[in-house]
Amino acid sequence: MKRILLALLGLGAVALAAACGNPGGSTIRIGVIAELTGDMPAVGASCRQAAEMAAAQINVAGGLALGGAKKKIELFIEDNAGKPDQSASAAQKLITQQDVLALVGPNASRYAIPAAEIAERARVVLVTPWATSPKATLDARTGAPKRYVFRACFIDPFQGRVVAKFAQDNLKAKKAAVLYDVASDYNKGIAEYFKQTFEQGGDRVVAFETYTTSDKDFTAQLTKIKSAAPDVIFLPNYYSEVPLQIQQAHRLGIGAPFLGSDSWGSADLIALCGKECEGYYFSTHYDADATATPIARDFIDAYKTRYGKTPDDVAALTYDSFGLLFKAIQAAGRPERQAVRDALAAVPKYEGVTGTMLFHGTGDPVKSAVIEQIKGGKFVWFATVNP
Amino acid sequence: MTYLIQQLLNALQLGSIYALIALGYTMVYGVLIMINFAHGDLFMVGAFFCFLAATYLKLSFVPTLLTSMAGVALLGVLIERLAYKPLRQAPRVSVVITALGVGIFLENFTNALCPYPQGIPPLLPSANWSVGGVSVSALQVLILALSASLMLMLDFMVNRTKVGMAMRAISWDKTIVPLMGVPVDTVISLTFAIGAGLGGAAGVMYGLAYPVIDSNMGIMVGWKAFIAAVVGGIGNIRGAMLGGLILGAVEILVVAIPGVPSTYRDFIVFSLLLVLLIFRPYGILGRPRSVKI
Amino acid sequence: MARRWILPALLALSFILSLAIPRLGWLNDYNQLILVYIGINIILTVSLNLVNGYMGEFSVGHAGLMAVGAYVSALLSVRVVAPGLGPWLFPLIVTAGGLAAALIGMVIALPSFKTRGDYLAIVTLAFNMIVKSVIENIDAVGGPRGFMGMDKLTTLPTVFCWTVVAVWVIRNFVYSKYGRGVLAIREDEIAGELMSVSTRKVKFLAFGLSSFFAGVAGALFAHVLLFINPGSFGLVKSTEVLIMVYLGGIGSLAGSILGATIYTVLLEKLRWMGAWRMVLMPLMLVLLMLFRPRGIMGLRELRWLVPRRDLKLPAPPAPRSAEEVARGAAQS
Repeated sequence: MKRILLALLGLGAVALAAACGNPGGSTIRIGVIAELTGDMPAVGASCRQAAEMAAAQINVAGGLALGGAKKKIELFIEDNAGKPDQSASAAQKLITQQDVLALVGPNASRYAIPAAEIAERARVVLVTPWATSPKATLDARTGAPKRYVFRACFIDPFQGRVVAKFAQDNLKAKKAAVLYDVASDYNKGIAEYFKQTFEQGGDRVVAFETYTTSDKDFTAQLTKIKSAAPDVIFLPNYYSEVPLQIQQAHRLGIGAPFLGSDSWGSADLIALCGKECEGYYFSTHYDADATATPIARDFIDAYKTRYGKTPDDVAALTYDSFGLLFKAIQAAGRPERQAVRDALAAVPKYEGVTGTMLFHGTGDPVKSAVIEQIKGGKFVWFATVNP
Repeated sequence: MTYLIQQLLNALQLGSIYALIALGYTMVYGVLIMINFAHGDLFMVGAFFCFLAATYLKLSFVPTLLTSMAGVALLGVLIERLAYKPLRQAPRVSVVITALGVGIFLENFTNALCPYPQGIPPLLPSANWSVGGVSVSALQVLILALSASLMLMLDFMVNRTKVGMAMRAISWDKTIVPLMGVPVDTVISLTFAIGAGLGGAAGVMYGLAYPVIDSNMGIMVGWKAFIAAVVGGIGNIRGAMLGGLILGAVEILVVAIPGVPSTYRDFIVFSLLLVLLIFRPYGILGRPRSVKI
Repeated sequence: MARRWILPALLALSFILSLAIPRLGWLNDYNQLILVYIGINIILTVSLNLVNGYMGEFSVGHAGLMAVGAYVSALLSVRVVAPGLGPWLFPLIVTAGGLAAALIGMVIALPSFKTRGDYLAIVTLAFNMIVKSVIENIDAVGGPRGFMGMDKLTTLPTVFCWTVVAVWVIRNFVYSKYGRGVLAIREDEIAGELMSVSTRKVKFLAFGLSSFFAGVAGALFAHVLLFINPGSFGLVKSTEVLIMVYLGGIGSLAGSILGATIYTVLLEKLRWMGAWRMVLMPLMLVLLMLFRPRGIMGLRELRWLVPRRDLKLPAPPAPRSAEEVARGAAQS
């Protein structure tokens, strides 16, 4: 009996006397939440690599110049394991245990939205590199814009419009079908924006089918789509699901071309899809080969040297997120959460790797989009669409 | 009309895979009166063995299938020896919890070794034929043919061979049967091996049909196959086959109905299970078991 | 028995601590968060222990009841209650979540009249999945994409109070006349019926009480994570609660507290293991089942939790395996 009591007390002591984690004032602590495991690890890997490169570049120069002294950047990277509730708890952990100054990530909208909510409550700046769903920067309760959440990419009302117009103007489509994941904010949102734009002016969306995340069999929905005979099929889904959908569609004898959105942008898509994806178009944030700005060239060369591969859109946007953050921290003059937020909110324009970002009073920048085509097993630039 | 036939073909493909997995559940239950909750994860391991064999050993289809089946069968026997055998006399609760634990262990172990979704290289020619507007792929034909032949072989073995007779005897009375000269441990291990092997075959076929695999794929598929086994009558082999096909049909047809969102799938499948358990707990082809007080 | 005043004194001291720590910042926010999670897990574990441990049933779908409590309370605090009133009405909100879960839980009691063991496990699991699917289909609460907007109303003092309430209520239930009925059902349900135990009533009460506290835990969980989605209330969560129950000891409240604490703290401390952390957990469970199936505390109970008059009674007999029953029958 006594032993058990002692065990209980001992446990209590352990729980209480856990790591104190006293934040040293000598570094700037930035938290990164990435999808390192789960259903889109390629996205998390790009994000992490770009984050580490951004921090390393600053630290090699001695640190970020802040109020006379130079402070080094310390990164704390958390994995959200491809689960939205883990995103929320990772955000809480970084804010409370690691006492970070600001957060970068998560990348996919369905993981970014919960983390953004936590950050907003805790009044900590969060910059998401890749989440395009407008819900990430809107308050869940009131619908008003959040004050602490920013992003480095465009948002889906714009992207949905871009893709719909491309389908109508370039692919001359009059009837479209959509297959999207109803369990994910990004897919559902952009599918609806696409439908809205496409149907203005008389064209019709003849099939609007859904599936749930981690479904593998789409034959039932694709059979329905086949019988509706569309001119183009829009698949705004992530890179590990699209190959299955296209393969099954081909097996069912569907000949219509497929159209994608920025969730297609990972190199793993081609690895998983093979020749079945040849010739299809999708919208994304930037193209590494066709870009001409010197800032972008420097970044791409440095990334290639460090990691041996071309950076994808997630990496570029993460790098830009850090750039924005560093600019704001320096403008604030001190590593204090509220000051950083105010400085970031006051940035009107930022020239990044992914192009020019114009902020109009909210955390959503106005940017251009790029249409890419999958040709010869690679992503090839096709067009740039300005807002 | 072609639309309906196409959907039925899709249902047949999915249903055959469920049936193969359900057979594993039903065989183990029939012999040990135990639900091996880890079975869905054995199916997942089968898909991963297929991936390893095809990608690293560069085997073609038939050797891949055989190695994966053998590998999973071995794993099944190992689990039985290590985790289930010591608990044969323990209260049922312990065994079920252990089974759940083993399943979760397999998932997370595979996840720790291989956290990224993997692609299985195409091992079969991707031929497509159009028969009167209905698209049939070589893969579909293969899955149907393979499942049917495996099920026929199993049915033959259980009903016409001595080993099968031993299995059926053990399911009736485990304590008396050793007195009749039946090597119980061996037969039980064999049952596990066959059940797991079938699950492994299902894993290979699933991996070829849906070539992106990850460590969580066994959970829902395992549960659906388990429901299939219960629907057909757990412990009854023909019931498992029937249950698998019914479940495949329900899953596909629910989505095929216009206007029903795909999120209703799980709800309908699990409600079906619940309703069945309340009104006919021993399944369609099962027999009620009487318990002596 | 002069030492029986120690427990209430400890409780009072802990309550004062729970108020002081957040206010004075003796622990950083992260450790406070861990304490909150320990409290929530204790509530989950004692509530499941009532059904699985004391009553010997096999309920595997506890997370579904947690989900009901979480969603009902979250809806109330976001859509119904005015923003400022949140902290004052929080006990009511949590109770409402608990009651909703209790109603659903009592529905689960119905199939338990006819089935036991494996089949009940399947039924409860199906319930868990159905609750999850139903939530996924209700677009108004965000469906599979989750629900947000709650304020952080779960603080250390509130969790502490609810934990004490849960343990106290369940302890009183177990040592009451209904509690004896619960134990009778575990030992031999048919014999119990013959001895005038109204098994139906007892089952309703037990399932209802267990579900109520599962709902309470869910409500507290929703207001500390501030984001809930059906995905967090699936099989994995149910299995985690099972691990905590069987780790600590079935049929022992102190065991449940111990199991919940050990599991939560271990899970946090082992984060450095990355993906291998979740490999260790089920391995622990399997080893536990093989070598110590009754858990750390087994059926023993902390003396201070047992009412005085029960201390003189012998400990309840352990559930017997089939072999022992056969041997006993052969001897008579």
